[in-house]
Amino acid sequence: MADTFLDAQELVLNMGPQHPSTHGVLRVILKLDGEKVLGTECVIGYLHRGVEKIAEHRTYAQFAPYVDRMDYISAVSNGLGYCLAVEKLLNAEAPPRARAVRVILTELNRIASHLLWLGTHALDIGAITPLFYTFREREEILAIFENYCGARLTTHAFRIGGLQYETYSGFEEQVKRFCDTFPAHVDEYETLLTGNPIWRDRLIGVGLLTAEQCKDYGVTGPVLRAAGVAWDLRKAQPYSGYEQYEFEVPTRSGGDTYDRYLVRIEEMRQSVRIIRQAVERIPEGAIMAKGMKVIKPPVGEAYVSIEAPKGELGYFIVSDGSIHPYRVRVRPPSFLNLQALEVMAKGSLVADVVAIIGTIDIVLGEVDR
Amino acid sequence: MPEWLRRFLLIDLIQGMLVTFRTQHPKYINTEQYPEERPRVAERYRGAPRLNINPENGETLCIACDLCAIACPENLIVVGSVRNPETRRKELTTFTYDLSRCMFCGLCEDACPVDALELTQDFELASFTREGQIWDRQMLEEGPRPSPYR
Repeated sequence: MADTFLDAQELVLNMGPQHPSTHGVLRVILKLDGEKVLGTECVIGYLHRGVEKIAEHRTYAQFAPYVDRMDYISAVSNGLGYCLAVEKLLNAEAPPRARAVRVILTELNRIASHLLWLGTHALDIGAITPLFYTFREREEILAIFENYCGARLTTHAFRIGGLQYETYSGFEEQVKRFCDTFPAHVDEYETLLTGNPIWRDRLIGVGLLTAEQCKDYGVTGPVLRAAGVAWDLRKAQPYSGYEQYEFEVPTRSGGDTYDRYLVRIEEMRQSVRIIRQAVERIPEGAIMAKGMKVIKPPVGEAYVSIEAPKGELGYFIVSDGSIHPYRVRVRPPSFLNLQALEVMAKGSLVADVVAIIGTIDIVLGEVDR
Repeated sequence: MPEWLRRFLLIDLIQGMLVTFRTQHPKYINTEQYPEERPRVAERYRGAPRLNINPENGETLCIACDLCAIACPENLIVVGSVRNPETRRKELTTFTYDLSRCMFCGLCEDACPVDALELTQDFELASFTREGQIWDRQMLEEGPRPSPYR
């Protein structure tokens, strides 16, 4: 071996599946030369539940609660993607009011997902304080979810064709209040982390991933945008009325862990911008499209992808004309982003592997499905 | 301010400490004292199921239409009924709800045409046995029975 760091024997070390910083049940086999990582190998499947297979034995409406359990941090986004895919099969569209409420809840969920990521990522690296602050704000978002649909985490907020629940009285006020207070809290996190010398030393230059490598591996979401590619499906192929809202797609050019952190921080601010615009003008009207009592799409197939907090989340559904989907295939962002771990971790130190796993923001429920 | 001076004067550290210090006031305490203080869950909270009865005569509202059992993704509701030969209507006899498999998606209460089945705000669903999670009609109407520890 030419690139050995010390003249030591190669050491194979298991990281996980119970390691606290693998964010679930991910097992990484590390090949080490001293502290230096020569290679990594991910072993996934510990949380496999066969969600795609379950779909074949459920009706379209019955499968909707299961998609919440894939990426349970951003259950609302998962539900939106699935509902849009079935609506495309049915050639239907949710009414404008439903679309606006969907945007508000999905963007709130994006903030909640990024907050959980920020708290745990900082915790992995050694900054304990931000966790308490991010969870404080996340709690406000979860309270909105609970008031709206009755559940905090696995929300099942949307139905195919629109919404089941009308907004509760005080919904707009609660969302506006959150939008007013939240940007100041983002500044708080930035005060704690952005300029912090330890934080910068641990993140800058760690886990480099160039735009070319991102494209090769199919990496999407904030990881891709931190490498300098302004690819956001909300802009590139707007769905659910995103074309009505003004927002920017934050990008950075470095492609390291610090840039990914800054991209996500900026995304939270942009999400607040979208929510503000959406909540100002929620149209009146129906919340459910007509003819959604029995969901029986014609023979055909549909692929719909949305910008979930972690990247491109796609649903490919094949219909054979019955009330059950013939096949549901999910393109999960976490699964594809995780594949880039090998290139990112190669040549780094063991302590940086923790930072790199944190920065791709994986949820194992989605990786394994 | 130049970078070296910021570092020398520990500006970042002081700013971070200020953030921490500002939230020290007791009014910012967010911890819930759960068993002592009951949390107030939302009005639409999806918790323990309940089979509503007519408060005037104590008869069940359920018309045994079986729609909840069809809507349930986990097939955990079993509705038993007999047809009354005089009125030619279905009458509810048994109603079994397996909470151990329930994921509280709310599809059953959406499906109910007479608002008989409802997911309530009760969230304390622990029991000592698996059998204790299978709720029969009486438990669904009157609330959970405490199960003894074996």
